[in-house]
Formats: sequence, C-alpha cells, structure tokens
Amino acid sequence: MSEPILSVRDLRKIYRVGDVDVHALRGVDLDVERGEFLSVIGPSGSGKSTLFHILGGLTPPTSGSVKMDGRDLLAMTDRERTNLRKRTVGFVFQKYNLLPTLTARDNIEIARYIAKKDGERDAHFEEVLELLGIAKRLDHKPRALSGGEQQRVAIARGIVNHPAILLADEPTGNLDTENSNAVLGLLRDLNQRLGQTILMITHNPEAAAFGHRIVSMRDGRIVHASAT
Amino acid sequence: MMLTLVGLSRGFLQDQQRRARGIGADIIVKDSGASAMSLGIGFPESFIPFFEKQPHVAMATGALIQPNGPLSTVTGLDLPRFQQMSGTFRFLSGRAFEKPDEVIVDEFYARQHGLKVGDSVTVLNRQWRVSGIFESGKLARLIIPLKTLQDLSGNTGKVVVVYLKLDSPANTQQVIDELKSMPGIAGKFQILSLEELVSQFSVENIPMLKGFIGVVIALGVIVGFLVVFLSMYTAVLERTREIGVLKALGASPGFVLSVLLRETTLLAIIGSAMGIIFTYGTQRLITTFAPGGLLQEIVPDWWPIASGIALGGALLGAAWPGMKAAKQDAIEALSYE
Repeated sequence: MSEPILSVRDLRKIYRVGDVDVHALRGVDLDVERGEFLSVIGPSGSGKSTLFHILGGLTPPTSGSVKMDGRDLLAMTDRERTNLRKRTVGFVFQKYNLLPTLTARDNIEIARYIAKKDGERDAHFEEVLELLGIAKRLDHKPRALSGGEQQRVAIARGIVNHPAILLADEPTGNLDTENSNAVLGLLRDLNQRLGQTILMITHNPEAAAFGHRIVSMRDGRIVHASAT
Repeated sequence: MMLTLVGLSRGFLQDQQRRARGIGADIIVKDSGASAMSLGIGFPESFIPFFEKQPHVAMATGALIQPNGPLSTVTGLDLPRFQQMSGTFRFLSGRAFEKPDEVIVDEFYARQHGLKVGDSVTVLNRQWRVSGIFESGKLARLIIPLKTLQDLSGNTGKVVVVYLKLDSPANTQQVIDELKSMPGIAGKFQILSLEELVSQFSVENIPMLKGFIGVVIALGVIVGFLVVFLSMYTAVLERTREIGVLKALGASPGFVLSVLLRETTLLAIIGSAMGIIFTYGTQRLITTFAPGGLLQEIVPDWWPIASGIALGGALLGAAWPGMKAAKQDAIEALSYE
C-alpha cells in the first residue's frame, strides 16, 4: 500500500479565549489514502472545522504531526502554509465564497493567477467544467447563478490547480436536496474519474455516505471510523 | 477642488494683468503703502499736475478705487482724460457717463447682473443709471465719475493711483529714476513701470495668495487622505470575507496589499481625471453665472501636481487599512458576516 497522502498523529489545537484554554482538538489520528473520498462527520463543537482549518494550512496546530503529501505542516512557516494553499490544497466552502464582482470564469482564474499558473488551461480541465455542468455559465457573476451552480464554480476553483487534496467544508450546507445530491454526485465523479482525493466535513449522515469512509468526531477526538 | 481654486487664483491674477495692460500708461504711481492687492490710503490729486510737469511726461491722470463688495471694486475716473491716455472706451451699447449719477460697466459685469443701458444699479448703497456697456479689458468693470466717488467715499480731492503717459515708452526707466531721486517722492510713492505693475500680479508677489494656495493644497491633501482612508477602511471591512477567500486560495499578505494599492491607484487616477474634467465644468458655471466677479483659468501645469498629491494621499490613506487587511487572519475573515 502506498504512503497516505495525509497522515495526522496526535493532533492537538488549543485556542486561548480570554483567560480560558479551549481544547478544540485533543489528539486526532487520521490517515487519508491517495484517491480516497473521506467524510468527517460530527456535531457542532466536535472539532471538525478546526481539523479542516489545520489541514488547509489556515491555522497552525498546537502540537502533533500532520504530513501532507510528504510535508510536515507543523514545521511550516506562514509563507510555506500560504504556498501549501496555493498548490497542494483546494477548498470548497459551505457559503461558496465566490468573489461577487468577478465572473464565474474569473473566480476560477484568480486561483490560477494566485498560484502563478495563468495561461492556457489544460484540455483536461475543460472536460472538468463540462462534467460540472458550468461550461456555459462561466461569463455570469455569482449573483446570476443558483446556489448549486455557485457551488460547482467553487468546486472548479478548488481543483483548478490540481491540488493533492480537496477540502470541502459542509459543501451542501446551503443547498436544497436536489442540488445537494447533484454536488455530492459531482464530488464523487471527480474522485472516481480523476482520482481526486477529497476530505469532506459534514454533519449530514446522508451526505457523508457519498464518501468511501466516514470518520466521526466528538469533543475534539475521532470516536469512530467506518467504510460506507 | 485644488485645481479649481488654483485656477480661480490664476484667473483673478491674469484678469488683473489684462486690465492693467489696458490702461495704456507707461508709469503707475501709487501710495507707498499700497500692494498688488491693496491700494493704500491715497494722496491729494494736486500731485497729478506735479507729475505732469516732469520731463518726458506727456500727460497724467488719477483714479480712486473703492471696494464694492467682496470681489468687486468701483473705480472713479476723470473719463475724458483717461480716454485721452488709453484710447477711447469701445462701447458695446450706450455711451460714456455725462451726469454724476451715471455709471459705465464692462460686458462681464453687465452679463452677470443682467444689465442693459438705462437700467438702475445699486453701487455703494446708491442707485445709478447705466449709461454704457464697454468692452472688457480696460482697467475696471465698474466706472463712475471721479468727483462723485471722491465725495461719496469721503476722499474729496484724493486719488489712490496716478497714471503717467510718456512721450516715448523708451524713457520709462529714466523718468522713474528721476522721480525716485526727488526728495519726498521716493518715500511717499511707489513708482512702477507698467511691466513692474503687471509682474506684481503673480502668485510669488502676493504672499497672502501663495499662503492661500498652500492652505488649499494642504486641505486638499487632508480631505483626500481622510476620504480615501475612510473609503479604504470601509472597503476593507466590507471585503473582509473576500480577503479571507483570497488568503484561503493562497494569496500572500503582499498580494492582498498589492491588490488594494492597485485599486487605490486606479481610483486616484480616475479621481484625478474626473477632477480635471470637473474644472471645465466649474469654469463653465462661473463664466455663466458670475462672469463679472470671478474668472477661472484651466491650469494644465497643475494637473500632474494635483494628480501626484491625490495619488500620494490615496496611497498613504490606503496603506494602513491595506496592511491591516493583509495581516488579517484567514479564518476570522472567512467567518465575517
């Protein structure tokens, strides 16, 4: 078996809120295989968002070890974590987080621009746009797109730089059932057809079932892991 | 604002220069306490024949000038003698005044106040009849008989300026030197050639105006700075979430700062261009509604200065909120509602 693309050991995160230490993660161990679609499920306050932020390089851990694509996040400087977000990690957020003044195309292009990958997109990505069903909606601004379309643009933005792992935080949290299923189906397609590694955080068991494996979190720990 | 006010200052001075040149005199004698912007307390008109008797002086005539509102003056002239010196007034309508209660006005003053020959106009709290409207560019905009103005203003027998016409302009410096060498003259009077008088109407020679322009520029910078600072601060707050998105996509603090500064630069350039266009608008407004009081010049040499100040102020104003945005925590920014 190949080395996991993501390996987390005894990961801890303590936030200081006023005079109180808040233990958001209390020793998380997790492996994600290359090409895996992993769902992390848990109630509010279980630490799944903190895990998402650490894995995405948005905040440093307090202690433990996080190896992503062979690189140790704990040893990374701010600059290195910024570079990690450029090329190694892609994000999909619950609220889509598209830039409202840019068209769908520019929202995707800006990710390439930041990663200094501007120029002609590869033909493979054009295929992805077709797969996502947004190829004809690229010249529209977010306000002219439905929630499902906005989330598909956000997915396109998340994978445009071919990240090692796509982190999706409640990607269907703002969508109705039909659009939720469509978006989850697309994530599964991306995983199956392109081999895109995906780590999806959700509190919805039905959404979590789209992954290969479900990891349950509670009180800052992983309490259960099962294959779907 | 800056370009309009500088344009107004320059327009005012250029109008003064143009009208000074229209006098037709070679030498101007003023009270020693006078400046380009004030005329001093005046002196007896008995000096006029004294000056007229000097070698090479062909003729002399005096004028009394009194303020008539904040941006206007009324000039009292011995009109026949003045016309003898500077040439006949070119009347667009009507004629010169013949009675003590008659006034002549230039075309700008007439246009601004909607005056035509035969109309009544209030000057120095008194009703006057407009006897003629003359082509602009000759000394003043509002002219009444010298004697009348002297009596009305309590300056009977006094003038504030004497104009000397020489037998030849080539003798100007010689006559000035001779007059200045006379005992009691040098200390009491300023004796200037027409060119010296005209040169006084420049920003450098009017300390108050120079200071005024400096204050205007300082205000422009401060107002521009505050407006840009608050705009950028608001923009940064409004875009907190967007900045979070950019940071999540891997944008470095330098990238975020450069985006904000580039945007500021673009806004400053657009603002400067609009400011320049705006000066044409204010010029048109002033020409339409206040041609007799104010003149605004378009000042292309100030365009780069004003643009530079706008750009500098804008960048300075954007720097702090920009740096704040660049250092913002991505998670906090993403959760901003």
